[in-house]
Amino acid sequence: MKPSPAFPKVFKVSSKPHKFCPGCGHPVILKMLGQALDEMGLAQKTIFLVDIGCSLLAWDFFDLPTSQTHHGRTVPTAVGFKMADPQKIVVAYVGDGGAYAIGLQHTISSCLRDNPITTIVVNNTVYAMTGGQMAPTTTDAEITTTTPAGMQGVTTLRGPELLKPIASPQAYLARGSSRQPLMLKDYLKKALATQIKGHYSLVESLSACPLNWQTDARQTLDRLESLEKVFPLGEIK
Amino acid sequence: MAKKFLMGNQVLATAAVSAGAQVMFGYPITPASEILETWANLCQQNQVLKILQAEDEMAAGFGMIGACLAGVPAFTATAGPGNVLMQDAFSMAEALRLPTVAMIMQRGGLSTSTVIYSQEEVRLTCFGGNGEGFRVVYSPANLQELFDYTLKAFQTAWRYRWPTFILADGYQGKMKGAVEIKTDNLGLLTKNIKPILTKGVNLRNCYNLEEEIGEIILAYQKDFQAKRGKIEEWQTYQTKGMEIMLVAHGIVAAACRPAVDQLRRRGIKAGLFRPITLRPFPAAAAGRFAKKVKKVIIIESALGQLASLFKDELAWVATPLVEVNKPAMGFTPEEIYETVASLS
Ligand SMILES: Cc1ncc(C[n+]2csc(CCOP(=O)(O)OP(=O)(O)O)c2C)c(N)n1
Ligand code: SF4
Ligand SMILES: [Mg+2]
Repeated sequence: MKPSPAFPKVFKVSSKPHKFCPGCGHPVILKMLGQALDEMGLAQKTIFLVDIGCSLLAWDFFDLPTSQTHHGRTVPTAVGFKMADPQKIVVAYVGDGGAYAIGLQHTISSCLRDNPITTIVVNNTVYAMTGGQMAPTTTDAEITTTTPAGMQGVTTLRGPELLKPIASPQAYLARGSSRQPLMLKDYLKKALATQIKGHYSLVESLSACPLNWQTDARQTLDRLESLEKVFPLGEIK
Repeated sequence: MAKKFLMGNQVLATAAVSAGAQVMFGYPITPASEILETWANLCQQNQVLKILQAEDEMAAGFGMIGACLAGVPAFTATAGPGNVLMQDAFSMAEALRLPTVAMIMQRGGLSTSTVIYSQEEVRLTCFGGNGEGFRVVYSPANLQELFDYTLKAFQTAWRYRWPTFILADGYQGKMKGAVEIKTDNLGLLTKNIKPILTKGVNLRNCYNLEEEIGEIILAYQKDFQAKRGKIEEWQTYQTKGMEIMLVAHGIVAAACRPAVDQLRRRGIKAGLFRPITLRPFPAAAAGRFAKKVKKVIIIESALGQLASLFKDELAWVATPLVEVNKPAMGFTPEEIYETVASLS
């Protein structure tokens, strides 16, 4: 197997080491995005927009034109940018809270309109930046700071599956995991290719948050793996 | 120059084209909806123009921000509860100094309220958001001014890079009349239009340290204060020998003019000071007049929102001040005449 390059060329070296916690899934996802952009030769025309959530820590992660937006508002900002400059590749990088709670209307509407943008949803099943509160993706018995007794009987939101019935025939929806980076990179490349063809794409990635999960390295990987039972990996559309 | 017979909201959309705007993001709300509808029709005639009827006002506001980041003049229009939701985007535009342009057609205040008229969105438009009001707010008073100040709003936004507003109301939006459609030298100063989010640019609005953001706010304030003299606009009427100074903005200021004429005929030396920019408030000019008169009477369709702008910056003026407030209700010139006559 060819070893993965250590640093994607599109990384901004001066902002490394990155700002995420040790063991966090975010930098794995960002590394795969960086490699995908490098390999597809898209770095020169990509615009990177990040939500408020731990995604905000990526505001200077890449050597790309990058802007933070507000919590939940990254998708409409991406839609507006793309309308104004259709030649650019526009990536919205959002947490599960941003994409499926406060900004869910934008996630649904941008998919419904088949806006040619790529949304990356980092699903760590909690509101990580604010200290581990419940998210729409929090699983049944999961204990969070706002669900101290778990939340039995509540349906967990599965984003790509929710969007599937309303997505255009040419749209692309997939779920990967920071546990399986190369699979994730493959999905990201297909998503970017879909945008180039003028259609909507969303890739959700399961992502570890050892800080709020309060897990050690082994437990983190086990938990990520067990999440795949609730959030099946694969190309959903 | 061509004259066209248009409704106020049509004037605004037409002016946006003349100003160089290319994209409108909106969400229907009375009394602003015809701006979006007119723009939709203009898009049919001109392939360069684009429109997004967004899923809500947050999406409209942030869509506009996205377009501005790409260097394309964009705008939105809303009112009342939509103005409340859009503060989310306006506060980010303020933080990142993005040249957004928003047409606010005030409707009744307090919640959903009435759909046509008030001056209850002054405070929200000038100071909405968790910030310091680094915004430019124009308050036009007639159909021609809706056109002229829309042209100016785009120029101001891209030149000074503060979120810029046309603050009108449903009376003006729904009113019809003849308007000169100017296409001469008032067009957008193209040299100021360029992409904002470009190579090497990493923008954030979230900071670690109190000092970091504190310094930014102070730098913004310095710049806002330095430029305000170039941005502030006002209009006066019958100030010769003025003893009673009426202060009003927008359509209420328009109603004050015939009232001033009538008062003068009765020998009452009334005059009018009309701030055109509510933010930055033309405080120095207002102060020059206010200190010389016997009484200042501030008249508005709100409970002292204009008055508080005045008092905030002109606390040093010793002249007695009276407020005439009719929250969410309009004024006739006769009514203003009678009220002022009884106070004189
Ligand atoms: C309008 C608004 N509401 C609330 C917040 C506080 N807040 C910041 S991040 C966040 C949750 C982030 O969760 P998620 O989107 O899942 O991202 P993560 O941190 O887990 O990566 C919240 C609620 C905010 N910044 N803005
Ligand atoms: S709090 Fe969780 S999601 Fe945020 S940086 Fe730390 S590990 Fe990553
Ligand atoms: Mg999360």
